[in-house]
Amino acid sequence: MQEHDMSWVRTEMVLAQPAPASVTGLGAWVRKNLIASAGDTILTIVGIALVAMILPQIINWAFINAVWTGPDRTVCATVAQGGIQPDGWTGACWAFVNAKFGQFMVGRYPIEERWRPILVAILLVALLVPMLIPKVPRKGLNAVLLFFVLPVVAFVLLVGGMFGLPHVETSMWGGLLVTLSLSFVGIAVSLPLGIVLALGRRSKMPIIKTLCVVFIETVRGIPLITVLFFASVMLPLFLPAGVSFDKFLRALIGVSLFAAAYMAEVVRGGLQAIPKGQYEGADSLGLGYWQKMYFIVMPQALKLVIPGIVNTFIGMFKDTSLVIIISMFDLLGIVKQNFSDANWATAQTARSGLIFAAFVFWLFCFGMSRYSMYTERRLDTGHKR
Amino acid sequence: MASQEVLREEPSRGSFINDPKIRGIFFQVLVVVLLVAGVWWIAHNVIDNLTRLRIASGFGFLKGRAGFDISESAIAYSSDSTYGRAILVGLINTVIVAIVGIITATIIGFVIGIGRLSQNWLIRKICTVYVEVFRNIPPLLVIFFWYSGVLAVLPAPRDSIGLPFGSFLNQRGFYFPRAVWGDGSWLIFVALLVGIAMAWFVARRARQRQMATGQQFPVFWTSAALIVGLPLLAYALSGFPLSFDYPKQSTFNLTGGFQVRPEFLSLYLALSCYTAAFIAEIVRAGIRGVSAGQTEAAGALGLRSGSILRLVVVPQAMRIVIPPLTSQYLNLTKNSSLAIAIGYPDLTATAGTVLNQTGQAVEGVVIMMVIYLAISLLTSLVMNWFNAKMALVER
Repeated sequence: MQEHDMSWVRTEMVLAQPAPASVTGLGAWVRKNLIASAGDTILTIVGIALVAMILPQIINWAFINAVWTGPDRTVCATVAQGGIQPDGWTGACWAFVNAKFGQFMVGRYPIEERWRPILVAILLVALLVPMLIPKVPRKGLNAVLLFFVLPVVAFVLLVGGMFGLPHVETSMWGGLLVTLSLSFVGIAVSLPLGIVLALGRRSKMPIIKTLCVVFIETVRGIPLITVLFFASVMLPLFLPAGVSFDKFLRALIGVSLFAAAYMAEVVRGGLQAIPKGQYEGADSLGLGYWQKMYFIVMPQALKLVIPGIVNTFIGMFKDTSLVIIISMFDLLGIVKQNFSDANWATAQTARSGLIFAAFVFWLFCFGMSRYSMYTERRLDTGHKR
Repeated sequence: MASQEVLREEPSRGSFINDPKIRGIFFQVLVVVLLVAGVWWIAHNVIDNLTRLRIASGFGFLKGRAGFDISESAIAYSSDSTYGRAILVGLINTVIVAIVGIITATIIGFVIGIGRLSQNWLIRKICTVYVEVFRNIPPLLVIFFWYSGVLAVLPAPRDSIGLPFGSFLNQRGFYFPRAVWGDGSWLIFVALLVGIAMAWFVARRARQRQMATGQQFPVFWTSAALIVGLPLLAYALSGFPLSFDYPKQSTFNLTGGFQVRPEFLSLYLALSCYTAAFIAEIVRAGIRGVSAGQTEAAGALGLRSGSILRLVVVPQAMRIVIPPLTSQYLNLTKNSSLAIAIGYPDLTATAGTVLNQTGQAVEGVVIMMVIYLAISLLTSLVMNWFNAKMALVER
């Protein structure tokens, strides 16, 4: 009576059944992500209201009502303001950006010489893109060209004064040209300098350690503007009478020193994360200090802090906009300077110009942060502790 | 045998050049010599240049007459005041915008950061867009955007936009009613202080009692009643001494009320929005840093979701959050120096004006650096104290 009936045993597997309708499809997604509970539903309604309020306005302003081309301010001003648009009109004045695009890119660089920055930009892209794609071979040659040959070529091309190229003062430079050259040089200087400072801070020599700590902590404690002030008003005093620095160079020194202090702290974080055994292992192999750092410690430490390094780069890229304070015109500076152009002064000019500049900055910064995430994933060897 | 003894007698040291100790001393001496030479050369040049340009040195100029006006000042100031006072006005303005900005940025940052972890897809996406937009544009651009893009194109005072509570918004800033404290209003402040002290005392006693007997006490509601109720009672007792001075519209301008200038407003809004994006990321990382097991274990112990958050998740998340939060606060304070770009008279702006007027660049920059360093050190000290209080107490 207690025996089970064993007369039937399943001999073949049951085929996989489709998931129940309540957990698949659009309905289930909406239930899970938008209306999971009463509070959630309220949040969703608030969110939809917010989006419905803001998004159409933005689209209307930036695309539907926007003015794309035009000779002067009349196309972007209402009738009451002396323009051709109906009263109550608001829309982006992309015509302003369109008309000033050349200036936004290279500033007051002479028009007949503008092929030079364009050529440098083409060279930069041609060398940078293969550098960033891991599959492209010959990385060593590429790096030499990008970090050693290109700066020399760019310097000759942009400054001129040799090989029959007319000289262009750096005070004529402006726009994206200044932003990019400041950040490119800043990046190239601050990383090695930051590494040296970080090593100095962890050094066993008390004097060198103290000097590095004082430098890093002082620079990190003051705003970049103060450093730029320092570079623009105090550096000339430091030099013998008659010797003077180019203003562009002074800004470069300020920005690079500032970024180097932050970079040093990022690199120090990486150095601290490397287990002691790695240092001791390198010592026991008989490697000298620099060999140990170059072959064993740095490759591991730098890999660990890629996000931090890129964050510092992004921060520096954004900080180059501060050179406007010492009256140099980077992208943001030149956009702001053009607000006062009476030919284009309307209620929409400032907003349109600034949003264009914000978009350019955003594109570069967002690109950098996404690339760093990609590199982090690619270099992740799974040795994380 | 013999060769071993030789080895023992002469520990192979090689030459002096390879001895790390001697090399260390040599390099340090070299650095010191170079540094001293560099400093001496720079000092020599500075003295040379200053005498050539006939610029006085020393801090005596701080007592001189400033001769320039400052648009916003929390303390009495006129163009007859001294340079020292002008710098003090700038410092106070910096501190004001930093404190107000830090409070607002923390509130927005926490809301956005928690929103990024929400179960709700739409809220999550909105918060992500906010963070990704503001993290990737320069703070100076945000300031300009508020200043030239939003506030400068508001209507003229004649057509001010009316807002609730009798406040107005126009080109010249934001106007709201100013509170006028009548006779006997000191009683209200005393009552507020007494209320806070009593609430603190009640909270302490309640914790002691819970530790001893396990009985709970509604601390929150009692404290709220004490802190809000006592001042209200004092307000009624002293015969309602509070009145408001409302801004009134006249033909060309608004009169009365309290005016917040567009310079302050745009700096404050920009710094808050910008820093909030970074704080949001820190908060998100902090909350995600507390493992799900903690929440589940607390749930298994029978805690309600509010208690889980308050007693288990938040204390652990705060430990991760506080150090980076400190550096964001410092960043906001340092970024407030961007005020100079729109003409808000903060420390950098006033010290810069002083520097230009007197030509004493070295002293001016040194004053700026010392004050900013002092602010940084003070903030880190306070936050380190708070951090130590929150730190894990290991047994």
